[in-house]
Order: sequence, then C-alpha cells, then structure tokens
Amino acid sequence: MSTNALSQHYAEQVQRLQDGLPGAIPEWLAGRRHGAAARFSEAGFPDPRQEEWKYTNVRPIATKPFMAAVSDAPVSEEALRAMGFEGLDAYRMVFVDGRLRTEFSDLGELPAGVTVQGLAEALASDPDPLEPLLGTLAHDRFSSFAAANMAFLTDGAVIRLGKGVRLERPLHLLIVGSAGSPATWSHPRVLIQAGEGSEATVIEHYADLEGASGFTNTVTELRAEAGAQLRHYLLQDHADSAYHVGSVFIQQRRDSRVTSHNVNLGGRLVRHDLNVDLTEPGAEIELNGLFLVGGRQHVDTHTRVHHSSPHTTSREQYRGIGQGHGRGVFKGRVLVERGAQKTDAQQHSANLLLSPNAEIDTKPELEIYADDVKCAHGATVGQLDETSMYYLRSRGIDAEAARGMLVFAFADEVLERMELAPVRTSIERRLAARLPEAGAIDVIG
Amino acid sequence: MSTHSQDVEQLVKREYKYGFSTDIDQEILPPGLNEDVIRAISAKKHEPEFMLNWRLEAYRHWLTMKEPSWAHVHYPKIDYQAVSYYAAPKSDDDAPKSLDEVDPKLLETYEKLGIPLHERARLAGVAVDAVFDSVSVTTTFKEKLGEAGVIFCSFSEAVHNHPELVQKYLGTVVPSGDNYFAALNAAVFSDGSFVYIPKGVRCPMELSTYFRINAMDTGQFERTLIIAEEGSHVSYLEGCTAPQRDRNQLHAAVVELIALDDAEIKYSTVQNWYPGDEEGKGGIYNFVTKRGECRGRNSKISWTQVEAGSAITWKYPSCVLLGDNSVGEFYSVAVGNNMQQIDSGTKMIHVGKNTRSTIISKGISAGRANNAYRGLVKILGGAEGARNYTQCDSLLLGDRCGAHTYPYIEVKNPSAQVEHEATTSKIGDDQIFYLKQRGISEEDAVNMIVNGFCKEVFGELPMEFAVEAQALLAVSLEGAVG
Repeated sequence: MSTNALSQHYAEQVQRLQDGLPGAIPEWLAGRRHGAAARFSEAGFPDPRQEEWKYTNVRPIATKPFMAAVSDAPVSEEALRAMGFEGLDAYRMVFVDGRLRTEFSDLGELPAGVTVQGLAEALASDPDPLEPLLGTLAHDRFSSFAAANMAFLTDGAVIRLGKGVRLERPLHLLIVGSAGSPATWSHPRVLIQAGEGSEATVIEHYADLEGASGFTNTVTELRAEAGAQLRHYLLQDHADSAYHVGSVFIQQRRDSRVTSHNVNLGGRLVRHDLNVDLTEPGAEIELNGLFLVGGRQHVDTHTRVHHSSPHTTSREQYRGIGQGHGRGVFKGRVLVERGAQKTDAQQHSANLLLSPNAEIDTKPELEIYADDVKCAHGATVGQLDETSMYYLRSRGIDAEAARGMLVFAFADEVLERMELAPVRTSIERRLAARLPEAGAIDVIG
Repeated sequence: MSTHSQDVEQLVKREYKYGFSTDIDQEILPPGLNEDVIRAISAKKHEPEFMLNWRLEAYRHWLTMKEPSWAHVHYPKIDYQAVSYYAAPKSDDDAPKSLDEVDPKLLETYEKLGIPLHERARLAGVAVDAVFDSVSVTTTFKEKLGEAGVIFCSFSEAVHNHPELVQKYLGTVVPSGDNYFAALNAAVFSDGSFVYIPKGVRCPMELSTYFRINAMDTGQFERTLIIAEEGSHVSYLEGCTAPQRDRNQLHAAVVELIALDDAEIKYSTVQNWYPGDEEGKGGIYNFVTKRGECRGRNSKISWTQVEAGSAITWKYPSCVLLGDNSVGEFYSVAVGNNMQQIDSGTKMIHVGKNTRSTIISKGISAGRANNAYRGLVKILGGAEGARNYTQCDSLLLGDRCGAHTYPYIEVKNPSAQVEHEATTSKIGDDQIFYLKQRGISEEDAVNMIVNGFCKEVFGELPMEFAVEAQALLAVSLEGAVG
C-alpha cells in the first residue's frame, strides 16, 4: 500500500505521537488524532502518479526534516504591523509557528453571541462542544496533509457565531512562520461555525517573518448555517522559500451565502484545496482566486464545488499569471449530484503566461448527473491582448508600462471583488511590487 | 416534464436494429493468450519474422502492464484468457477474386447493415475494404486506386506486398508499448487496413472500411495504418456495426496516421456497435487507441467521429503536431443511452511552431448513460504561436444520466493562445414549445434540436456519412418524444 513510505524523520515523529499524546485530552480527540496519525503514516506523502497530485510534486516537503517549533520565537510588533493592512479596523489574532500569541492579539469587545478563541485554549477549557466541529468536515482520507494536520494538531482559531449575530468588524487571523532552525512545520486549524442568519468576515492571512522557510499545513472547517453570510479571505503571502499546503472545507445550508477570496502571491511550493458542499436549496458560493507565480514558485489550487441539493448556485473566477520559471496550476471541479436540479454553476479560469520558462496547467471539470441545470465553464491561457497594447502605445505609453498596466488590470478583476477596501489596496500594492513592469502603477486606496 | 420522461423511457426502449448474426463456417483459435497463440496468429498470416518479433515484444511488454482504471467507466474485470484471439471466415484459404465469389451470406449481412457493396461502390464511388471479423474479405476499386498509385489493402496484404513500408511506419505513432490495450493489439492484431498515398496524389475517391464483429467471444483487434506522403490528400471512412450478443466483446483497435509535408488526412468514423440491452447486459467494449502525427510542415489531420454504439467507449483520437504550421482537428458527437458508458475525447500535442488545433465535442446522454469528454491540450515550450480552441457541449435527456467534462490544459509557451469552453444543458421547454406551435411534432422537434446541436460535427463528415449519421441519431432518438 505504502508506495510513499514516510522518511525516517517523519516516521519517528508519528511514532512519538503514537507513544503518547501530550497533555490530557478528551477520548474522542485522542481517537481522531491516533487515527489520523495512522492514516498519515500509512498513506505517506502523495506522489505525482496520483491524479490529484499530477502537477505538483511534494518531494521538497517530504524530504525536508521539518520540526515542530519548540518555543515561542521572538517577534517584533513592528514586523507584524508591516504585514497588516493599513487602515483596516479589525479584531486580530496572531499565530507564530502555529501557536496563538495573545500578546499580539486584540479581540477587543466582541458582540454578544460571538466566541473567538484559540483552539488550544478551547480544548483545554471546554473541549466537548468542539467534538462535532473538529475533523468532521475535513476527513483524514481527504489527503495525507489533512491527516497530518489532525495528528499534529496544536493550535488554531475557533470562531462561533450565534443565531442572527452580525460581526461588524472583520476578524484578521495573521498566521506567520518564523525563521526557525531547523525549519519548522506547523498545523494551524481554523474552525468557523456561523449560526443561522449570522454574518461575518474572516481573513486567514499567511505570511512569514524574515528568513522563514518553514512549512505551514493548514485545515479550515467552515460551516454556514441557514441564511448565514460569510466572507472568507485566504491570503497567502509567504516568503519565497516557504511551503504551504492548505485545505478548506465549506459546508453550506439553506440560503447561506459564502464568498471566498483566495490570493496567492508568495510561497515556494503551495497547494490549496477548497472543498465546498452546498447541501440545501438556496445555498450560494462565490469563489474568487488569483495566483501570481514567478521565480521558481509553484502554486496549485484545486477547488471542488459539490452541488448536492437542488437550487444551489456557484460562481467561480480564478485567474493566474505565470512569470519567470513559475508554474501555476488550477483544477476546478463542479459536481452536480443526481437530483440536484436547477443548479446554476459557472466556472472560469483565465491565465496569462508571460515567460517562456513559466508553465500554466488548468483543468476545469464538470461532472453532472442532473438534466435541468445550467452549467458552464471556460478556460483560457494566453498573453496580453494586442489591440489593448496598441491602444495604450498609440497614446504614448511605453511598451513596458503598458504591459504592466494590462497585467495589473487582468489581476485586479479578481481583487476588485473584495469588499474590504484596505485589504484590497494593500494586496494591489503587493501585486504591483511583484510585477516587474508595473512599478509605475500607483495604487490609490 | 412528463412528456420528457416519457420520451426518455421510449428512447431507452429502442431496440438494436442490427442485431443478427451470420451463420457461416469460421476458423477460430481456442480461447487463451500466450506466446504460442501469437506465433499461431503470425503463422496463419504467413508473416515475415519482423512482424512476429514485434508482436512478441509487444506481448512481453503487455504482461508487465496494468489495465488502466482512470477513465470514468466501470466494468467487470476482463478475463483475457477467455477471449479467442483469432476468427476468420473459412473461405479465407481460397479468398474471393471478385464480388461474385464472395459468400452470398456475407454480402447479405452487409446488405442488412445498409452497405450494399455493389451499389454503394458503384454509385457512391467508394472503395470498400470490408473486414468481416478479422480478415479482409473483399476490396473493390483497387485498380482505379492503383492507377493513382494509391495502396489501399488489408494489413496482411500490406505485410506481404509492401513489407518495407510496414516496417518503416508500423508502431511509430502508437508504439507497441504505448498503453495496455495498444500493447494487446500489437501482440494479437489479426488484420486491418493499410493506406499509402504517394507524393502529390489526391486520392481519387473516399476510402472506406466497414468493420464488423461477428463471431461470438472473439475480440476484434484490427490495426489501421495510413501514410500520406508529401502534398497528398486522403479521406478515410470507417463504420462499425456488430450483431447482438449477450456477452461483452472486446474490441481493442489501433489506428496510426502519418501526414508528411503539406499532406492532409481526414479520418471519419461512425461507430454503432451493439451497446448492450436496457440493463447493460452484453455490448462491445470499445477500447481504441487512435493517433495521428503531423510530421511535415503544413500538414493536417482531422478526426471526425460519431459514436453511437458500444457498451463502453474508451477512445481518444489524438494529433501530435510536430511540423510547423500543422493543423489538428477533432469533431465528435457521442451519444450514450441505456447503460452505455463513454469516456472519449482527444489529445492535441503542439510541438511545432504556429500549430493550430480545434476541438468540437458534442455529448448527448440519455437513459442511465454516462458520457465523459476527456481531452488534453498540451503546448510545448517550442510551439511558438500555437493556437487551440475547444468547445465541449453536453445535452442531457433525462435525469438519470450523466455528462462530464475533464479537459487538461498544459501550456509552456507564452505566445500560445488556448481557449476552452463547455456548457451543459437540456432541451428547453421553450424550444419544444416554439417548434410545436409551428405544427412540428414533438419527436421531430427533438430530432431537429439534436441535429442542430450536432450540426458543426455532421458538417465535417463526408456527405454519405453525414446522411447515415443523421439517420443513426434519429434511430437513437426514435420514440424519444411521445
């Protein structure tokens, strides 16, 4: 079975875990973690012969001896501030190497009916309410990485919104890696439960302190109850030497609406899996994504939208830009279950390939078992439109600046869907900085 | 809605028109596969040694391979030892010299299939190389083709008469170890067609082969090789029907096309093999490897297929665009009904500069059928200015079928333009209403809409085939609307 046996390094870590889980933890959790450890050890790291990993070889992760951080790394308030979003008035939780750092966090006055807690703290104080939330959407069998996250679970965020509560200010989860040596791996887990008719914005923001080259392996489980409205930002701005694998699971009930923004600007080797299950009529998901790969970056995003109930809607727009020796991968799957009539699913993947050494792979998939549906997808890979270039050039703009403008505009079509202006502006600035030719663009917030 | 489900009911109930079997003496090898069987096949066909060695090499490779399981199809495990790998009409030893000598029963079979050799050959100007099970029975219009220098004969004849061409090109597009079924084919293939168009020749007529699986439990493993020399042009048609049987029959064919500088090959298929009954019992397993290489500059290979039959279709006619400015095309209509499973599509591999490809795929699913498009568009680093356009549309008739699209797009050249579009829909109530309002019966309306849906593909078929394809579609949808 195990063609991808774990290296001795990881096998030892699993063994240590199986010998005894640290601290006093409830039985249900111990069971799940032991199961996950066994699963991780049995399946090993995926290899490119597996269809789901066809375009992404995780060997660099599998062969590096990542270790869990043993102590709190020194962090300066200043470094964290530099990663923040100027002008954003938000609740803040800061995680370093996967552990919550309360000294940098600020949850201020939360409205009644809202709980926001560190996962370690929640498990220590009152674990049982978490039993139905933790590891129930994210199954170990989903991937070895999801299993590893459960097995090596340390901390994360638990966000619970009561019925009808509206969280006015967004919640900013700043999850950063430090320059530990040996390089660290961390397994943050984010649990979001949005009660009936509640509303909130959660920003999952991954970044690194200078010199970091660690591996962040995250799992997010998000439940939107009937009528809930959630905006979920997944912003990955790691150091170019860092590794990231993230799996997001979204389950939506009747008339709930979730918007997901997934932006990838950093990272050496990045893989995202966004899994959405629309389980009741009226559920609606909007998926917006952008990746920019340059240098030797590799970013792979897989989305799966599962229409398991009639009258559900999905809108998906992913854009990618390939520069340098970068490789960008998008695989989007729309599955319409038997009986999920009146499904309306639109999916689009547009990509710009700007360098002879870059590569873009895209695979939009439709799997449909119901007849009364509207489903369409489209995918394009190409370069800048010549007529647009001509238009700009004819107005006295030099070729380089014109290119920069067009690439920026291409990416901005995804970014401009973001509701939070300070986040959008800040990302636009980072994007402009990453486009060699877009230096001239002055992003005005 | 109610009329629609009724339509589907009736559509599901349509019977296979071509279900009969011809009772003539056959020479059949006992079931089983080993090196001796391969030697026996090769010996029966009096093949030169290079062929036997090639077959054995393929067989040994096949033994090391695993049956692919990635396609969206499900079937019980095939027992390759239970299949007979060779069946030929007995009259093979004293092969007919002209149509008059052909076993009248055989001719009758073709008659029932709607291929009247005499008329068709004479009126339509089509040379038919009819493959009855494994051995080519008769070839017409050979002389006329001979005048133009075109070689159109059965594979066995080619092996004897033109071994240098066979040896030069066989397996160069689909190597013997290419995939599980191609390797099996290479080991045991019994016959097929061979076409060679010399330099600068425009083939004076459409070439056509009718394949037919007749004997029970014999796999048909034919192999087609078409070579179009510099500046030549050929259009090749292939049609398939098979009689009704309870057991699944395996069909693993290989087609290789080679187009040199400025050459053009157009390959059209109408496949209407027995799809199995309403419960999915019986039917043909159609596991086919078809690939063309545009080796020369400005060459063009165009695949057109109408896939209406077979219990399972596993088929990806592909183009490798090696020559600069070469063109690949794929036009497909795939109709799945009852328990049929289709996993079909194409691969366009762009290697040369300014290579262009077009993919138009129309999938129709009814009953409990699953119909998947699976395609690959790959632009390699050197394919400067490559261009691809892909359109995959699916039409669902009924709520128990499935339509799937799995396009792979891999681009390594920044000057390439690749576009993919796909839609899934059903026949709109408003469309039916519009047509009914104008006095068109519901059945005709559905036919009209479905034909319109497939129009882009039918337009690519040679005229005779287009008519047949439309008729086939109408038969498939017979009673589709009450």
